[in-house]
Amino acid sequence: MSPRYDAIVIGGGHNGLVCAAYLARAGKRVLVLERRERVGGAAVSEEVFPGFRFSVFSYVVSLLRPEIIRELELPRHGLHILPLESTLTPLANGDSLTQWNDHDQNRRELARHSLRDAEAYEEYGRRMHQMARAVKPLLAMTPPDPASLHPRDLLGMARLGGHLRGLGSARFHELCKLMTMSSADYLDQWFECEPLKATKSASGIIGTLAGPRSPGTAFVLLHHYMGELDGVFRAWGFAKGGNGSVSEAIAAAARSWGAEIRTNATVARVRVEGGRADGVVLEDGEEIDARRVVSNADPRRTFLEMVGEKHLPAEFVAAIRRYRFRGSSGKVNLALGELPRFTCLPQGGAHLRGAISISPSVEYLERAYDEAKYGEFSSRPYLDMVIPSLLDPSMAPPGRHVMSIFVQYAPYRLNGGWTDARREAFGDAVVNTLAEYAPNVKSAILHRQVITPADIERTLGLSEGNIFQGELSLQQMFFLRPAAAVSRYRTPIQDLFQCGAGTHPGGGVMGASGRNAARAILGEGA
Amino acid sequence: MLKTTPFHPRIAALCKSHAWRRWAGYVVASSYELSHEREYHAIRVAAALFDISPLYKYVVRGKDAARLLDRVVTRDVTRASIGQVLYTPWCDGLGKVLDDGTVARLGENTFRMTSADPGLRWLEQNALGLDVAIEDVSDSTAALALQGPYARAILQQVADCDLAGLKYFRLMAARLRGVPVTISRTGYTGDLGYEIWLDSAHALELWDALIDAGAGYGITPAGMLALDLARIEAGLMLIDVDYVSARKALIESQKSSPFELGLGWTVDLKKERFVGRSALAEEAQHEPQWRFVGLEVDWHSLEGLYAELGLAPQLPGAAWRMSVPAYAGGEQAGYATSGGWSPLLKQYIALAHLQSRWAAIGTQVEIELTVEHRRKRAAARVVPRPFFDPGRKRG
Repeated sequence: MSPRYDAIVIGGGHNGLVCAAYLARAGKRVLVLERRERVGGAAVSEEVFPGFRFSVFSYVVSLLRPEIIRELELPRHGLHILPLESTLTPLANGDSLTQWNDHDQNRRELARHSLRDAEAYEEYGRRMHQMARAVKPLLAMTPPDPASLHPRDLLGMARLGGHLRGLGSARFHELCKLMTMSSADYLDQWFECEPLKATKSASGIIGTLAGPRSPGTAFVLLHHYMGELDGVFRAWGFAKGGNGSVSEAIAAAARSWGAEIRTNATVARVRVEGGRADGVVLEDGEEIDARRVVSNADPRRTFLEMVGEKHLPAEFVAAIRRYRFRGSSGKVNLALGELPRFTCLPQGGAHLRGAISISPSVEYLERAYDEAKYGEFSSRPYLDMVIPSLLDPSMAPPGRHVMSIFVQYAPYRLNGGWTDARREAFGDAVVNTLAEYAPNVKSAILHRQVITPADIERTLGLSEGNIFQGELSLQQMFFLRPAAAVSRYRTPIQDLFQCGAGTHPGGGVMGASGRNAARAILGEGA
Repeated sequence: MLKTTPFHPRIAALCKSHAWRRWAGYVVASSYELSHEREYHAIRVAAALFDISPLYKYVVRGKDAARLLDRVVTRDVTRASIGQVLYTPWCDGLGKVLDDGTVARLGENTFRMTSADPGLRWLEQNALGLDVAIEDVSDSTAALALQGPYARAILQQVADCDLAGLKYFRLMAARLRGVPVTISRTGYTGDLGYEIWLDSAHALELWDALIDAGAGYGITPAGMLALDLARIEAGLMLIDVDYVSARKALIESQKSSPFELGLGWTVDLKKERFVGRSALAEEAQHEPQWRFVGLEVDWHSLEGLYAELGLAPQLPGAAWRMSVPAYAGGEQAGYATSGGWSPLLKQYIALAHLQSRWAAIGTQVEIELTVEHRRKRAAARVVPRPFFDPGRKRG
């Protein structure tokens, strides 16, 4: 008897849903099993406090692939991405730096700090645009394994080599620098304005236990320029209704093609028979057969918990054990009775509608990292904040606001471990830091939700609370993600696939892993 | 000299971009901020406030008011109930479209007609022997459009009546913080929205009331650039851009019938008599020569044209309004007249006139695209209009 499902997707995070939607669209019978009571994984919206809706975990849409939006017809299912207009960096001396989307406005503001930087900015933007263009084809690519002699990999490597040669030597050298340098060193080549360098370098450290002076962080600077290549200027934005609406739109698309989605369904293990996956066993003992199993869970949970070491080669088990998570960030969500008034720009206005970054200098960020390196949360952390209710009235009651604060560093391995008291102390450090720049914020807080890496792990099942299902560091990217020889969305187990951010190209609400995995599965003549 | 609308004092103070344009002899804002982007998104996420005062407006009163309008437009006005609004084109004697607009039945014998071009003379010419009075109220009536998912919530804050019962294409009299108005559930964005009609004397009072009531709901004054993108997503045509009025056409081929503009549904041939009826009855026997369709440009094709030159795709930030050839089967199948990149749909979309044999939904065509000074062709597909049709529009 043939099993009822062509594929079971373990985990209804956005990548799992994307994968399920593509499989269902291709006519496959798909079942998604989500452990929580709602789909979305880290991309969920919840009414944490009556009348206030939060993107509880992930809070911006970074590089959600436009082809996914089109192919899955997500706008028809309610998805609307609102652009982030600007980035405000308040400074302790009462001044500030705001980066604007508008060219003239941005130039004028930068020139206030440094005429040289204002000019360099243009050239930097052009260069990064070119580099992002060079790297972009890699994102949509199933990574070839350079050590393999399989014709598929040889062809892939040849294509990759041809692409890199096509860049020309100057750009290739630049790419090598970006791959190896620290973001602080790379930006030092371009700029002198501290808040500019610090705010830009912050994108290189997100989700990683590394500081702006750690080598290998420069590469992520490119991410900010990727979106433009798709003609989707302002690729960074808020989803209307919060990030949960991204997941809900994808789920609705998947259902429209017949995919089944079950929530409150915890998979205990993947059933492996004779070296192939043929179904799953739920926590309550229910067994569900399927022709193949696709895991959206991270590599550690997938292989070490759900599959089990006994089914896997020892070397592979060792590689997965070595795969680094090291969650380094937390989240504070605030319900506010009034808007924060920043000392630098006390009146309301456009600067509040974009991102607000507490990153006054590279040294500030590096010091924040130093504490984390030795097992403490940063007493003065890097904060990346947004106030979605300013653009989307559905997030808070009229006149009230929600503020989403991404915090780094909050190391998973905190000295003495995370406790309720430590969580609140961490929340206090965040609010105190913010209040140094916007003193009214303490009295404006109606409700506070503090989330540590330990909470992320417990609630979402993300190992060590890493938001990217594993650090986006060079040694675990591309054909090394999550480990050599399993980077093609396949695994050592036949008919078991991976579709999460623990595969290439990795984290962010991007959906690329889910789509690539679906293509790999369908390409097999599934 | 260009005239200013009754809302101009408020608009001028807010118009940071200094980007103005003309509309029917009035000066109106293209965008308020340096980019129209936020104004566009407000239409789909919060609520956008547009000054639509430049529309031509006529009040037709008298025993024969319904008869006159029924005689002029293609839809059946006599059956319109009080409080109903009809969207309709009207034609010349040969069945070619002169203009399109709305006819609102304010009372048994009172109507308000809106049009894009002046229409007093045409109404008067058709009123011979009828007991009607036609008044041009274009200057004395101010109008605002409040469009977006939160339009109702905002209006309800200031209205003295319940808006929940006001259905799509219906209107009601109301007071908004004491200002007497009529509110119609109409608009040009394809979203939930209302248009508010009032005596110009109260214009600023109403503007202030709405801005105040809308503050907690993200109310955003918006200009014509944002509106243009939204109306293309809504698949709505614009006179002088997507079609030429038969009144202004210099040659026959510039004119269009309602059938050719996708307005066949408005032509009520059960009516015994209206301007252009016999020509339209004749045309209805056949497939129209042209159809007005939506086009979706194929992204991979577009990206490929730029990639050949080592460039990332370059997309228009605002909607364009020009004639762009469309090809199929080795011939020019027609032409697009409006288009742009939809930030919401992540699609390059256009409104186009195609010869009927190429106009079926799903037909593959090509659209001309200038890439680095060279004319190229990108693949495109005929799709249904509107491109975006949220349930809240009617719900």
